[in-house]
Amino acid sequence: MVTESDIEHIAELADIGISRDEVPEFTRQFNAILEYFEILDTVEGESAPAGGITNAFRDDEPRPCLSQEAALANAGSTEDGFIKAPRVM
Amino acid sequence: MKTIVGLEIHVQLATATKLFCGCSTDYRDDGPNTHCCPICLGLPGSLPRLNRKAVEYGLLVAKALDMRVLEESDFARKNYFYPDLAKAYQITQSDRPLAVEGTVEIEDDEGHEKIVRITRVHLEEDPGRLVHVAGASKYSLVDYNRSGIPLLEIVTEPDMRSPQEARRFLNKLRTILEYLGVFDGEREGALRVDANISIEGSARVEVKNISSYKGVEKALTFEATRQRNLLRRGQTVARETRHFMEGRGITTSARGKEEAHDYRYFPDPDLGPIRVADRVAAIDLPELPTARKNRFMAQYGISLNHARTLTGDPRLADFYEHVAPADPILAATWAADILLGELNYRNMSIAAVPADRIRELLALLRAETITDAAGVQVLREMLDACAAGRPCEKPADIVKREGLARATGDDFVAIVQAVIASNPQAVEDYRAGKKGALNFIVGQVMKETRGRADPRELGRIVSECIEKGGV
Amino acid sequence: MAGTLDFSPDDRYNAFITTCSTAPFSGGALAGIAVAVKDNISTAGIETTCGSRILEGYIPPYDAYVVELLRREGAAIVGKTNMDEFGMGSTTETSAFGPTKNPVDPSRVPGGSSGGSAAAVAAGLVPMALGSDTGGSIRCPAAFCGVVGLKPTYGRVSRYGLIAYASSLEQVGPMARTVEDVSRVMSVIARYDPRDATMFDRPYDHRPSADIGGLRVGIPGEYFGEGVDPRVAKKVRDAIGVIEDLGASTVPVSIPGMRYALAAYYVICTAEASSNIARFDGVRYGPAVDTRKSWHEAYQDIRQEKLGPEVRRRVMLGTFALSAGYAGRYYAKALGARQKIRQDFERAFRDVDVIAGPTMPTVAFPLGERTDPVSMYLSDILTAPANLAGIPAISVPCGRVDGLPVGLQLMGRQFEEERIIDAAYAYEQGVKA
Repeated sequence: MVTESDIEHIAELADIGISRDEVPEFTRQFNAILEYFEILDTVEGESAPAGGITNAFRDDEPRPCLSQEAALANAGSTEDGFIKAPRVM
Repeated sequence: MKTIVGLEIHVQLATATKLFCGCSTDYRDDGPNTHCCPICLGLPGSLPRLNRKAVEYGLLVAKALDMRVLEESDFARKNYFYPDLAKAYQITQSDRPLAVEGTVEIEDDEGHEKIVRITRVHLEEDPGRLVHVAGASKYSLVDYNRSGIPLLEIVTEPDMRSPQEARRFLNKLRTILEYLGVFDGEREGALRVDANISIEGSARVEVKNISSYKGVEKALTFEATRQRNLLRRGQTVARETRHFMEGRGITTSARGKEEAHDYRYFPDPDLGPIRVADRVAAIDLPELPTARKNRFMAQYGISLNHARTLTGDPRLADFYEHVAPADPILAATWAADILLGELNYRNMSIAAVPADRIRELLALLRAETITDAAGVQVLREMLDACAAGRPCEKPADIVKREGLARATGDDFVAIVQAVIASNPQAVEDYRAGKKGALNFIVGQVMKETRGRADPRELGRIVSECIEKGGV
Repeated sequence: MAGTLDFSPDDRYNAFITTCSTAPFSGGALAGIAVAVKDNISTAGIETTCGSRILEGYIPPYDAYVVELLRREGAAIVGKTNMDEFGMGSTTETSAFGPTKNPVDPSRVPGGSSGGSAAAVAAGLVPMALGSDTGGSIRCPAAFCGVVGLKPTYGRVSRYGLIAYASSLEQVGPMARTVEDVSRVMSVIARYDPRDATMFDRPYDHRPSADIGGLRVGIPGEYFGEGVDPRVAKKVRDAIGVIEDLGASTVPVSIPGMRYALAAYYVICTAEASSNIARFDGVRYGPAVDTRKSWHEAYQDIRQEKLGPEVRRRVMLGTFALSAGYAGRYYAKALGARQKIRQDFERAFRDVDVIAGPTMPTVAFPLGERTDPVSMYLSDILTAPANLAGIPAISVPCGRVDGLPVGLQLMGRQFEEERIIDAAYAYEQGVKA
C-alpha cells in the first residue's frame, strides 16, 4: 500500500508535477497496480545479471560533431552558444 | 584525536574521444557546444557505445595500483535531475565496478612508508558545464562540450591521517597516472576531488568541489580546524556535505541545497557487461615513480631528494635522462634545483624546454667554459625565448654574443686592480683581517665582469694583488 | 530511378501526426514505395514527437538507422504515424494528437501503441510502415486492424534513433498487408549498426517460403486460458489447424512463468521508462522550459503540463519500482521472473520450432472503453512474454469475430524470424488458396 504522501514523494523524485486534486486518483490507481504486482513476491531466487553482448567496444577514433548551430537548433533558448536552463543557485 | 581522511578522485582520462561517442575530447580552446553529437547531448533515440581505450586505461590504473579486476563488471544509470546532465542520468558503475582492492604507497607525516588502500576504481561520464548567471534574472547556461568526457573515479579507504598525507597521496597518485599516460594534468579540471574527513569518534563530513589537487590540503586543513574547534567548544560535528570555496579557502555547508538523494541505480540496458579480467596479465606496465626513483639513485648516483624531485613528473624524468649521460650529478643539480625554479617563475612546462640546448649548456658548464652564474644567465635567455615563442639560440651563441665566456684571472687583473684602487678602505679592512672585506671586493669585481669569473678563483687573484702591495 | 512522391492522404482515421506532401525517393529494393514511420523513430528534418506535447517542434538532426536504411533502398518516407504517447498504451488513445480510429470499425480502437502505422496500412494509405514493439505495440494493432506485424528478435534491428521507452524490451519492426511485404521491409532494416551496443550482426535476408512440412508448432495452454475470448481462441485454433494441414505438427507446451509475465513486464518497462523519459525537460529540445524558475520547479511544471496522465503514471510507477526500499521487491523480482520466462521459452523451443497462440485476448474494443490502467495493462498479456524473452513474434490476420479481425501470433527462437515468417506466409497462402 502506498499513501498519498508516498505519491507526492515519488512525483518529487521523478520531477513530475502533480496537482493536489490528482493525488487521490493516482494513489488509488497505484495501489490497484501494486496489488497486481504482488505475484512477484512469489518469484524465488536472485536474478542473474542481465547478460547481453559482452565487450561491445568502439575504437577511440574521433568522428565529426554537430555544428554549434545544429546542437542548439532544438533548444528553447540559447545565449552566446550556450543553452539556457533554469537556475540551480 | 586523530584526523581521518578518505578521498574520491575523479580523473579525466586522456582519450581522444568521449566515453560513449566519437566527439573529440580536445574542447578547451573551442566555443560552447561545439564538441557535441546526439549521444552526448542526450538527444532522443541516441545510444552509447563504450570507448575501448577508456577501459584499457582503467585496466592500466587497476594494474598499477595492484587491484583485482572483476570478472564481469557493468554500467548503471544514476538518475537525478540537473541541467548539466543531458540524459537526466549519469552512466556510471555501481555494484560492479571495473576493479577493487588496491594500494598506493606514500610517506606518512613522520617520513615512514605507509599504505593507502584503494577501495575501487570505476568508469563514468562527466556531465556538462554550467555557468551561473546572476543579476535580476538568475538562470544557468549549459555547455555540453564536457558532457561524456571519460572519468575514472578512484575511491580510497579512510587511511589518511592528516591533510598533508592527503596531499602526498594525491601527488603520488597524480604522478602514477601521468606515468601511465592516462591523464594530462595540464588540462584544467582534469582532476577533481571529494574528501571525507572526520575527527576520530565524530561524524564524517564530505567536502565536495575541490577542483585542484593543491586545494585539497587547504580545504582539509580548514575543515580539520573547524571540526576540532567545534569539539573543543563541546559542540558536535554535523554529518553533512560541505562545499569548498576555492577562492576564500573555506568550506560552507551545503545544507538545503542537497536533497536526500535516491539515485535509483539500475543496469544500463543500452550497454552490455564488460569481461576484461583476463587481459590484465598481458598488460606491460611502464616503470612507475618509485621504481624510477630507485633506479635514478642507483644508475646516476644522485641523491634521494634529487631522484624524488626528478621522478615526480614523467616528463621531467624523461628530460633528465636525456640530459644526464655526460655528468648525471651536474645535470641533476641543474634540472632539480635551478631549472625547476626558473620554470615555476615563468609558469612554464618542462615540455616547452629544448632538452638538446640544455644538454649543450651543461656541456659548457662541465667544460668550465662558463661559470655557474653565467650559466644561469644563459638559461634565462633560453627560457625567455621559448616562453615568448622565439627560436631558442644555441647556448654557445648566447655566450659569444653576450661575451659571457669565463674570464681567466689574467684577463681581469686590470679590472681587479682598478677595483682595488677605488676601494682603499676595503683594502685596509682586509689587511686588518676583516674577511668580509675580501668578499666585498670580489663582489665588486663580479659586478664589473657580469659573472664571467669564478668567484673562488677571483678571491685568490684579489688576495694576491693586495698582498703584492700593488696599491 | 529517383524522384518525389506526392502524398496527400485522406487521413480520416487520424493515422498520421505528420505527412510529407512531397517525399523524395531513390532507387533500390523499395524504390518509390511509400513507407510510413512511427513517430518515435527519428527522421532528420521531420518533426518527431512520440505522440507527446513535450516533443512538439522537435526536429531530429539525424535519421534513425532504420530510416537511413529505408531511404538507402529507395523508400519514400511519407509521414510519421500516430501512437500512444511514448508508446505507453495499447489503443493509441494516449496520443497527445488525438486517438487513431480503427479503419475496420472507426468506433473502435486500432490497438497500440503503433496504431497509426497499423491504421495507415489497413486503410490502404501506405503499403508498408514501421512500428515499434515494447510489449506488443506492433502485434496488437496489427491484430486489431487486420494487418501483418513483426516484432524482431531483440538485437536484430538497430534501435539507434528509436526514442526509448523501455530499452531492454523494444525493437523496431515492419507492418504491412502481406507477410511478403513484411519480409521485404525486414530485409532492408535488419542490418548491423555498430552504434547499437545491444545489436547482433545477424542480417535478415530471406524470401518467404510456404514449405513448412515437418514444422513442429507448440501450443501453450497459457495462451488459451482465462481472459482470452473463446471466440478468438477458436479462430486461432482453426488457423493452427490450417498450418497442420500444410504439413506441420502440433505439440502442447507450457510457459509456467506466464503468471508473472505481465507484472514483470510492467515493472521493467516502467522502471526503464522512468529513466528514459527523464531527459524531457524542455532544455535541449521541445517546448522551452521556464528558465526564470529554479530547476526542479521548472521541470516539474513543464513535465506536468506537457506529459499526459498515462506517461506520468508509468514514470512514477517506474520511479517507485526502482526507489530505495522497493527496488528489491519490485525491480529485482521482475528481473528474476523475466529470467524464468526466458528459460521457459528456451525449454519449449527444444521440442518445437514455433509457438502459436492468439496475439490479443480479444478483438478491438470501442474507443474510450478502457480507462482503468490495470484492465488496459491486461490486454498485453499475450504479447509481452516475447519481449521479455527477446524472441521474434509475428501477428498475421486469421479471420474475424463479429466482423473484427483476429491475429494469429507465431513466436520463434532467437534469430529465427525466417521460420515464423515462413509459417505465417504458408498460413496466409493456405487460406487464400
